[in-house]
Amino acid sequence: MGAGLPFEGTFADEPRLSTLADHEVPTCSLDDTVADARGRLGQWDLVLVVAGPERVVLGLVRAEALGLGLGLGLGLEDDRPIAEVMQEGPSTYRPHVSATEMSQTLNDSGPVPWVMVTTLSGSVVGLVRPEKVHAAAAGAEGG
Amino acid sequence: MPTEIDRHDVQRLVAAGAQLVDVMPKAEWEESHLTGAVHVPLKKLRELAPERLDLGRAAIVYCYDSL
Repeated sequence: MGAGLPFEGTFADEPRLSTLADHEVPTCSLDDTVADARGRLGQWDLVLVVAGPERVVLGLVRAEALGLGLGLGLGLEDDRPIAEVMQEGPSTYRPHVSATEMSQTLNDSGPVPWVMVTTLSGSVVGLVRPEKVHAAAAGAEGG
Repeated sequence: MPTEIDRHDVQRLVAAGAQLVDVMPKAEWEESHLTGAVHVPLKKLRELAPERLDLGRAAIVYCYDSL
């Protein structure tokens, strides 16, 4: 909610996931098909499956599951329901988490291709690359 | 009646005169809050809202999730 608005306070300059995240992420619904989702892939190699006007994240579909990338899934039926290829229950993080905290979490948990940011109620906020998190954290530490 | 809004709505409503209300505890408020927000800790909402808020204007209430 606060992305793009000015902050103040002792840690106001600390980058947070809300401001680091790319808010323009590809989404589809459970009613969509593999072909629908494939057509929405952008710079991210995944499509988020969301529900309702609040865009609550139900899961995600990787490009590979859509028959793209790594030569996998070729010939996958275009009409196949997205629910059949969806990966449920992705790890998500809250918008207020600072870059420093997230960077430490990533270091502890191992490599991931992206960090998914949602509200407490599960509404999608955006995606952010780990490299961007680490860079922001390094910048925060360096002052 | 509360309504959930996104960052575009916030900017539009603030420009139109809505007041921002931060309901986080004092320590978190001091660390970071939206510029111009009014601090009304959630635990003291009933007690402090009447004196700190303009009840005639729309209020955009936020906490951790909204930062």
